Amino acid sequence: MELLTDLAIILAKVIGLTFMVVLPLVPISVYFERRFSAIIQDRVGPNRVGIPLTLFGAKKDYHLFGLVQPMADGLKLFLKEDFTPNYVRKSFYWLAPALTVIPSLVTVCVVPFGSSITIGGEEHKLVIADLDVGPLFVFAVSSLTVYGITLAGWSSNSKYPFVGGVRSTAQMISYEIALGLSIIPLLLYYGDLNLSSIVQHQADHGWLLLPFWGNDSGPPLVEKLVFLVPALIAFVIFTTSIFAETNRMPFDLPECETELVGGYHTEYSSMKFAMFFMGEYAAMVIGSALIVTLFLGGWSIGFGLDAAISDLAFGGLIHMGVFMTKLIAFILFFILVRWTVPRFRYDQLMRLGWVVFFEAALINVFLAAFVIAAPDLGWISTIVGLVLLAIVTGALIWVLKTSDPKHSPNSGLLGQN
Amino acid sequence: MAIVKVKRPELGAGEKFYLGAIFKGFLVTMKHAIDSLRGKTRGSKDLRSSGLGATMQYPEQKWDESMPEYYRGAPALVTDEQDRERCVSCQLCEFICPPKAIRIVPGEIPSDDPWAKVEKRPKEFEIDMIRCIYCGMCEEVCPEQAIYLRKDYAITGLSREEMVHDKKRLYEIGGKRVGLVNKWNELK
Repeated sequence: MELLTDLAIILAKVIGLTFMVVLPLVPISVYFERRFSAIIQDRVGPNRVGIPLTLFGAKKDYHLFGLVQPMADGLKLFLKEDFTPNYVRKSFYWLAPALTVIPSLVTVCVVPFGSSITIGGEEHKLVIADLDVGPLFVFAVSSLTVYGITLAGWSSNSKYPFVGGVRSTAQMISYEIALGLSIIPLLLYYGDLNLSSIVQHQADHGWLLLPFWGNDSGPPLVEKLVFLVPALIAFVIFTTSIFAETNRMPFDLPECETELVGGYHTEYSSMKFAMFFMGEYAAMVIGSALIVTLFLGGWSIGFGLDAAISDLAFGGLIHMGVFMTKLIAFILFFILVRWTVPRFRYDQLMRLGWVVFFEAALINVFLAAFVIAAPDLGWISTIVGLVLLAIVTGALIWVLKTSDPKHSPNSGLLGQN
Repeated sequence: MAIVKVKRPELGAGEKFYLGAIFKGFLVTMKHAIDSLRGKTRGSKDLRSSGLGATMQYPEQKWDESMPEYYRGAPALVTDEQDRERCVSCQLCEFICPPKAIRIVPGEIPSDDPWAKVEKRPKEFEIDMIRCIYCGMCEEVCPEQAIYLRKDYAITGLSREEMVHDKKRLYEIGGKRVGLVNKWNELK
């Protein structure tokens, strides 16, 4: 009996959080993407599709600001012909869409959506699997999506998908390292790899990037403010790497429409294409969930109100609402970035990943370690350490600058004149 | 005047750092988005936008009132001030029509008709609006100024037959035009 209730709870969490919270976020973010893009470009965007009551003889349709548009798109994709070209490698061609969408949805299981709800005197955390290796699990699983993209590119057996797949692989290699290294400062700071505990810590002691409440216990405010420096560097590196990881706009090289038609999913149609589409947006949702969880306090509402909300029986649901608000705000930020920063050229992307972010993340690890260890080390050792770090950083920048090939102002064809 | 060497502006340290510029870019994009939401898009007044961006919401809002004088919409036949059909079925428009959209069956006016001296009028006059390219050549070529391009542009139909305008429909769209050619009446 005990086992059965446990199983039922786990099943309820899986179905509730994955299929009723994250999956609906995908069409919602598609809607926001289209609407917000339209507003940025002085257009209107989808605002017509609603409840078509006139089909059933009523006088008036309800357009609901076009919120039903993603459903109509999904229905369209369902009804389209699922065409498989006869020159593709069938098994991989069929495997690839699943390989992009499943890892994105699997990573949902470590994201803490809210604090906890009490049912029948028992507390249930609003997270599917309360793993003690949260971020590592997310990195391990979400980097599998690149297999889907690469396999799709290779098995499609045509040039544009192939170039897209190759680009995706190279991009993944150059960003995964910076992604992993950039959060080591945070893990040093939290001393924990469990995402729920990380958020709980932020709820008790202030968010990582806004440490202005919960200062009566734990480390003093000055220490947190000093730690803001490595935290901000980590935030920039991590966010940029997440953009690259999810193939979003400044780094959407694997699928850039202007160069590669559709990139890796050129040969796909119908629901297989929809799977790629869904996987991409699910990755975006998970990516912003991770950023919100690690840097912006997760489900914490801030202003020292969290303890009171957690004491309520269903306070977890309020926290979930807060988390969703932050998530959607961050997705809007993703879209804002898309229409602000133009696409990077391929060598620029490689340079940014290998030369800038890798080194910056590495130095940031030491910087964070010094900031955290400063109270125990004493003045002299800290200053000596920081000076050493500054020297190493300067040397690194100098090496990078001098190793850069010098371009004469007239190179190439112009130089011959 | 001596040659002035203009120095190419160098990037400052802040601009080389890139992040500040990106942040500025966010602000520019965001400001544009907010302007668009408030209906303050540049040119939205001239374009008579719906209040969101520069776009007009078509079926609810239309350009009809500000259509230019020279707008070329659906071609139509017109009558004169005494309700006489202006068309004398000379068939010039039928021959000039580049997509061959016009088809005329000429007919004689019987001698007991008050307008018997005009001699001819179309028995049937059909314009296939699927073929019509709104070039206005029929209007240009017509010696009797009987065919005009009106400002109707939303020509729709559920079948091909519906899209062929017959004589009745053409006079319906065209209506009456006064004071043009008066060679057949005594108005002068």
